[in-house]
Amino acid sequence: MKITREEVRRVALLARLQLTPEEEELLTGQLDAILSYMETLDRPDTEKVEPLAHAVDLVNAFREDRVVHEPQAEELLANAPAKENSFFKVPKIIE
Amino acid sequence: MSHYALTLHELAAKLSRREISSVEVTESVFGRIAATDERLHSYLALCRESALQEARQADERLKSGGDCPPLTGVPVALKDIFITRNVPTTCASKILGNFVPPYDGTAVRKIKESGAVILGKTNMDEFAMGSSTENSAFVVTRNPWDTERVPGGSSGGSASAVAADQCIAALGTDTGGSIRQPAACCGIVGLKPTYGRVSRYGVIAFASSLDQVGPMTKDVTDCALMLEAVAGKDPCDSTSVDVPVPAYASQLHGGVKGLRLGMPKEYFIPGIQAEVEKSVKDAIRLLEKNGVEVVEVSLPHSEYAVAVYYIIATAEASSNLARYDGMKYGYRAPAKDLTETYMRTRQEGFGPEVKRRIMLGTYALSAGYYDAYYLKAQKVRTLIKRDFEAAFRKCDVIITPTTPTTAFKIGEKTQDPLQMYLSDIFTISVNLAGLPGLSLPCGFDGNGLPIGMQIIGKHFDEATILRVAYAYEQATEWHKRKPKL
Repeated sequence: MKITREEVRRVALLARLQLTPEEEELLTGQLDAILSYMETLDRPDTEKVEPLAHAVDLVNAFREDRVVHEPQAEELLANAPAKENSFFKVPKIIE
Repeated sequence: MSHYALTLHELAAKLSRREISSVEVTESVFGRIAATDERLHSYLALCRESALQEARQADERLKSGGDCPPLTGVPVALKDIFITRNVPTTCASKILGNFVPPYDGTAVRKIKESGAVILGKTNMDEFAMGSSTENSAFVVTRNPWDTERVPGGSSGGSASAVAADQCIAALGTDTGGSIRQPAACCGIVGLKPTYGRVSRYGVIAFASSLDQVGPMTKDVTDCALMLEAVAGKDPCDSTSVDVPVPAYASQLHGGVKGLRLGMPKEYFIPGIQAEVEKSVKDAIRLLEKNGVEVVEVSLPHSEYAVAVYYIIATAEASSNLARYDGMKYGYRAPAKDLTETYMRTRQEGFGPEVKRRIMLGTYALSAGYYDAYYLKAQKVRTLIKRDFEAAFRKCDVIITPTTPTTAFKIGEKTQDPLQMYLSDIFTISVNLAGLPGLSLPCGFDGNGLPIGMQIIGKHFDEATILRVAYAYEQATEWHKRKPKL
């Protein structure tokens, strides 16, 4: 067993995903099967191999610091689930 | 022939000669959509009014003579992953709610600046996660060749729209095969360019080190024209690369004499459908008759690609999708405090495959597992890239089947995520190595379903891929077959 139901709950909390008991059970089995498949990666010798994050060589990209047209505040707020005046309205963070 | 059935280059020629108008073509395409989309469900949203407005403007421009951009008046469909100003953009997810973007992403801006008429947004797997378009939160798209079968995915709506003449051309995105696999399943041409060739700005992010925008078209010439329109460095995407964009369409005719074509032995293995293997081998023989030299190459780490991909892609996805928290846009579930708002919003907003991948990615990145999974996968990714570097010292392009089988039945693989993942076995390595890859039709199986072959090229060498694909297309008739609808 690669993964337990307890661990599925821990990971779900890290990912901020509420799961139903049925989802927990289903995911425990499915993640276990998928993670077992990932064990094939133990076979190749990677001891002296560098990890690859990007396939194309990248250099740091600098740009000029200048003002460009961006969507205006009203346009951005138009998509807000809740707003008040020109602010996003969010649940209380500090009691 | 009806206007909607034209290829992009045929249409562009007719428009510039003023034999037809963009309004006529656009009306014809919307007529085709009205007649077929209740069966196929390629589209999530149509922009009829603005499209006709754009078509009228294109006609004005064409009438006034002078220089018109290359796609002027051409009706094009966009996968619903593209941020499109004033058009609802869902990524086929409920979590985006009624999101209407206030800007255009770069690929959309460029396609509009090239004169294209935007028809609407096509269906996809939610957040591009899937290989069948069954993971859309809204509707299942059907394969125009057999409506009991999937069109492939994740760009399944764009693929079926092109195959069914519901657009002249389309844009898709490809993270592990999401352009090439549906192109193969629907019998069209689909190209995933080199990582960095096309800007990702305004493309809803799935796995940022793998995602790439590309054309889905009726033939190879159209593919070259669409790539020219969207390729190039963009200051808004720091991973886009400043390599000159060749005039791809004018370089198609060079022929293939003297090119070396690599056949990787690891891609012709037991388990692939016999008709797929035969069609691709026949295609290689045909190219050989036209003057290519066939060499055997080896990509020994191919067997690890699916495992590497499903760690790296899910890890990047779990991080990218953290932004869907119900605060600034999209869906928000009612709840009593902040944490519960996050947890319920994401529970109700994401579908099962997205949740599965967020869980897998979060697990792979979590304390205690990072080295065993994510770091290990990145190291094997290096080995996969090196395989290609070694192979490309012996050849100019590599040819493989695009998919191990033709399109499968709706529902056939939904219960077994791992089986679904394995349908991308031939396309995934290309994304991991950042290479360009194209799928084009090379035959049909006994059920009348299209077969695709994949041509993989060196970094930023889309021109050679397109040249080989064009030579093959000129020698065959597969791309002229149309599904009966």
